[in-house]
Amino acid sequence: MRGVNLEVAEGEIFGFLGPNGAGKTTTLRMLATLIEPDGGEATIAGADLRKDPAEVRRRIGYVPQGGSTWDESTAREELVLHARMYGIGKADAQRRAARALDAFQLTEYADRKCKTYSGGQRRRVEIALGIIHEPKIVFLDEPTTGLDPQSRAHMWDEIRRLRSDGMTVFITTHYLDEADALCDRIAIMDNGEVVAEGTPAELKREISGDVVLVGLDLAATPQAAKALDGELYVNKLETVDEGGLRLYVDEGATAIPQVLRRLDHAGLELRSIELHRPSLDDVFLTKTGRSLRES
Amino acid sequence: MKFARDTWLIFQRQIQLLLRNPVWVFVGVFQPVMYLLLFAPLLKPALNAPTQAAAYKIFVPGLLVLLAIFGGLFQGFGLIAELRAGVIERSRVTPISRLALLLGRSLRDVVSLVVQAVIITLLALLFDLRVFIGDLLLAYLMLALIALMTSAVSYGVALKVKSEDALAPLMNTVAQPVLLLSGILLPLTFAPGWLQGIADWNPFSWAVDGTRALFAGDLGSDKVWQGLSITAVLAALGVFWAARQFARSVR
Repeated sequence: MRGVNLEVAEGEIFGFLGPNGAGKTTTLRMLATLIEPDGGEATIAGADLRKDPAEVRRRIGYVPQGGSTWDESTAREELVLHARMYGIGKADAQRRAARALDAFQLTEYADRKCKTYSGGQRRRVEIALGIIHEPKIVFLDEPTTGLDPQSRAHMWDEIRRLRSDGMTVFITTHYLDEADALCDRIAIMDNGEVVAEGTPAELKREISGDVVLVGLDLAATPQAAKALDGELYVNKLETVDEGGLRLYVDEGATAIPQVLRRLDHAGLELRSIELHRPSLDDVFLTKTGRSLRES
Repeated sequence: MKFARDTWLIFQRQIQLLLRNPVWVFVGVFQPVMYLLLFAPLLKPALNAPTQAAAYKIFVPGLLVLLAIFGGLFQGFGLIAELRAGVIERSRVTPISRLALLLGRSLRDVVSLVVQAVIITLLALLFDLRVFIGDLLLAYLMLALIALMTSAVSYGVALKVKSEDALAPLMNTVAQPVLLLSGILLPLTFAPGWLQGIADWNPFSWAVDGTRALFAGDLGSDKVWQGLSITAVLAALGVFWAARQFARSVR
């Protein structure tokens, strides 16, 4: 962890996006008081992380990536125990557990052992554990990793529900679509550093224009490059190693017909043509020089 | 107050999980009973004891200390499973007392050890063992202190090594010389001088001597208070050290 400088507003879903090993979990664990930072400072929900970690613990919830439930316990037992670990009385803890089970649609399985749950059910129990004491902010480490698409969509809804309850949600993810669809703001992390920060739309806007991918045989690529290099609407041109060109243009939809015409004119045969709207992956690519999918 | 409540909370949970899996009672009692039935009969002639009961008075306390040592030392395995499940991490983000996380678990180990000890004592009664109840309770206190220490140390080591593969050989390596040098299976009365010299440095040897004195009804013996003091100090140190691991450990 080197340069991480962040501000997260109350009531937003903030996402940490980055490849595995970028330092997302480490950052989260530091903010959740599990690792002592050796420098820097942080104020979490108004409490100072270094001076008063005990107060931070009271104000935050944390849902680790690898699970946090015990096979032989039931969801209800786990919830009651967890609430009580926050100093909540027994009767209140039981009420809260019942309410959480209801909210996460777990009542039906509440008294079965955790080992009998599906991945999605278990993850919901874990999120319920993280918010049983009504924290101001909850940290979710890769909340959807390992879930099937349906459970994933379900989990997104749950996370949005937390936000509408007024909670600040801090998640880590290595899924681009998740960061894009779910988060109000994101920070892109690589090698322990934040390389970009903003709303998904802002970040994508930084990558001006669209990309047109032209599929060509390796042999035809240099000729095509020559033919298109001078065209006014092409801001930048790159050759693809396996053959083909990547054209950076302002407006992909109008550029495509011109590209087709130009290549046709030059007597070059093209295999395919694709239009790419900028994605967060492109943001990552421009900031780090490699693709998030590859790393 | 908060600390006592937190400890009780963890203890309750651990006991609840323990009772849910009653196999431990069988496992925990089966081995010592085997010793009692299959090994102890050799002792009367071997120890030159006048009666079978006299042999049991020497053997049973040793067996109980053995149980306390081994029962405690291998508790770390359960903790590694909890670490892997994320249960410890989840506990550590709450404001619960770190000492309570340890003590709640160690107290469960102490209680289960004492239950085992009671069962074995009752069985030994069938073999004509007779002990005064006051002495017996003090002996149980000694056992409880030993179990508290060994289980705390085991938890501390488990938090450090984080893997069963490392914990098993480590604990075996520690336990074996401790066992041989404590005169548990055979009293060190017949040991050559150098061996006794080493055994004097083994705290468990003092604990075994103290427990034997109690079983012999020799409450006034120096060995009793010496054994109790040594185990109490070691238990306190063990708990202190392990609680620090709970406060610090990463993952």
